[in-house]
Amino acid sequence: MPDAKRRISIRGGRVIDPSNGVDAVTDLHLADGRVLALGAAPAGFSAEREVDADGLVVCPGLVDLCARLRQPGLEHKATINSETRAAAAAGITTLCCPPDTRPVIDTPAVAQLIKQTADAFGRARVLPAGALTKGLEGVEISEMAALQQAGCPVVSHADRPLRNTQVQRRALEYAVTYGLPCFLHPADAWLAEGGLMHEGAVSTRLGLPGIPEAAETVAVARDLALAEQTGARIHFRGLSTARATAMLAEARARNIPVTADVSAHQLFLTDAAAADFDANARVIPPLRTAGDRAALRAAVASGEISAICSDHQPHEPDAKLDPFPQTEPGISALETLLPLVLRLVDEDVLGICQAIALITCNPAEILGVPHGRLHPGAIADVCIFDPSARWTVGPQTLVSRGHNSPFIGAEMRGRVQYTLLDGRVVFDRRGG
Amino acid sequence: MTKDTNLQLDADGNLKHFLTIEGLDRKLLTDILDRAEGFLGVARQAVKKVPLCRGKIVANLFFETSTRTRTTFELAAKRLSADVLNLNISTSSTTKGETLLDTLRNLEAMHVDMFVVRHGDSGAAQFIASHAAPHIAVINAGDGSHAHPTQGMLDMFTIRQKKGRIEGLKVAIVGDVLHSRVARSQIAALRTLGAAEVRIIAPRTLIPARAEEALGVHVFHDLRRGISGCDVIILLRLQRERMSGGFLPSEHEYFHLFGLTEKRLSEADADAIVMHPGPINRGVEMDSQVADGKRSVILEQVSNGLAVRMAIMSMCIGTQNLYLQATQQHQEAADA
Repeated sequence: MPDAKRRISIRGGRVIDPSNGVDAVTDLHLADGRVLALGAAPAGFSAEREVDADGLVVCPGLVDLCARLRQPGLEHKATINSETRAAAAAGITTLCCPPDTRPVIDTPAVAQLIKQTADAFGRARVLPAGALTKGLEGVEISEMAALQQAGCPVVSHADRPLRNTQVQRRALEYAVTYGLPCFLHPADAWLAEGGLMHEGAVSTRLGLPGIPEAAETVAVARDLALAEQTGARIHFRGLSTARATAMLAEARARNIPVTADVSAHQLFLTDAAAADFDANARVIPPLRTAGDRAALRAAVASGEISAICSDHQPHEPDAKLDPFPQTEPGISALETLLPLVLRLVDEDVLGICQAIALITCNPAEILGVPHGRLHPGAIADVCIFDPSARWTVGPQTLVSRGHNSPFIGAEMRGRVQYTLLDGRVVFDRRGG
Repeated sequence: MTKDTNLQLDADGNLKHFLTIEGLDRKLLTDILDRAEGFLGVARQAVKKVPLCRGKIVANLFFETSTRTRTTFELAAKRLSADVLNLNISTSSTTKGETLLDTLRNLEAMHVDMFVVRHGDSGAAQFIASHAAPHIAVINAGDGSHAHPTQGMLDMFTIRQKKGRIEGLKVAIVGDVLHSRVARSQIAALRTLGAAEVRIIAPRTLIPARAEEALGVHVFHDLRRGISGCDVIILLRLQRERMSGGFLPSEHEYFHLFGLTEKRLSEADADAIVMHPGPINRGVEMDSQVADGKRSVILEQVSNGLAVRMAIMSMCIGTQNLYLQATQQHQEAADA
């Protein structure tokens, strides 16, 4: 039974659906929260609403593997309400939030609270990542089966380094039991400890403690060895170094079931962005060198790194208003995700279909969810953006509560006009 | 070049804040040294004061305790006839509750004209300068491992005094460069003032990453080879906590390999001078014979520190007066 309120035709847009090899100017028809047809409408279909997508790109709603919403526990920074509003404005329909909330997502209650709160606002599908260990303390493994039941598609240790390799081994083994992918932010606890930025020429000049490349490569080597030992399905969240990228490619060549993503800012910025103690350029893992950036871009182009994510971390202004070492790391990044990925197309790093895949079907596959596709019968999550619209990142243009971005003042190309979640328009820039 | 360069200078290139040597040109650094020259005589006058900062309030904001540096700044300010406010702000009180900006706003409300800031965090002085009210001058008295530019300048002053020049000299800096704000400021000043070569000498654990590229120095791990042919040998203070941090096995081994002894000094150039920012750990960085020997200029460094700080403080206050005059004229024009 088609839902009368939810029959929508999106007319005349350039439909790009990478997982189905579609790139054509055509119509997309939605009904009952699902994709009904591409091209001609089925006989007897009458749209309740028509969206004119002339000159616009119509693609699956974006899937973001890592975005912090700050709720529960850090509502002074942002809330599920504020950040799902920003996600909708950014064309992101599914996002995975890491478990480092307060309290940590280590019980079904917290996972359900986040999901239910997000569902109540209804602007983005929020998938909580369960904590790999209780309290993210790296001591006792969490109730992963219960977390999975509560809607956590993956388990993660956020960016708290795991110190105890035996605990990590057991946690990975336990996750394998339930087929849960493990998101690992590779950082060796000891090598990363106290570091504030990439260890290199800039940190030397500024006299700031550095995070050496080896903090990442040591952890990647350890995690790969444990993945091989346990058969765990691991995903490296946010690679930052050329060497770790090479290690990933080598492991994949040996058929270890490992995937990786990169945060969009890592593909553009280097440690030079922090050269004036700019706290907006403070992020974990740190911005690295031009060589690392080139290797990350190459790995994204070759498909070794199969997803780009925002690693959204909204902050209140005070969190960045202190001497650099006292500031909190992180970038408010939901709304720059799509424009930065489009910039990679402009810079001939990626083709447009490849670019869209990196923020739709690929991350969906990593999460093991069916979103990020537009074939008939698919869940009707749609992002409609104007690829030529230019806008400037700033407090006035960002919807997110967090205005902490090293891209403040930068011009972006590509702006979301409509976002549909489950076949409902959840964002309409024209105010409809 | 960088934002802090602009931050330190007014539109006409006058020194407004003194945060780091980086980005300041040779002429400005030479002006500071020349001006300091003129202040040397003040100490020998019957009345050890000049009225350049009369009616100004200087606040020593020390987030990290340091009696010596604070005292020289206090004395420099008093010789310039300024009123001095000493504030020791333990970091614990700022981490709980009041933010650094709150502290600044409170002091601004007391009509302070200059902040002399020492802080454990690299970048703190620049942060304060960029958030303080526009009429307030900020002097960096040491921020984390980043910069200690007045110390760097007093060392340049001492070198020039003893050697007659800085251009063309070879200078060796021995010790914990990794954690040293003093070394970073010395290196930047030496390079700007045309030193022929700057060497840093230490075990690999105390040399920062990509030092040659980042700092424009040559790295040595052997003291004898490193100081050979140098005109100036600067020893850095070694903090005790480097042993527990795993940077060094023991003070004993450090002294054995990197400590400056009479014997090692006798192998260096006959007219090489020995410097140390103080306080000295005798038997760690150098032995007592060297510290008290005729090549040591350590006490001159201390005396010169006063003149150099007076020069820098008075230059910043001078720029501030230009700003205040301009603001006042602007106000009068608006009123008229």
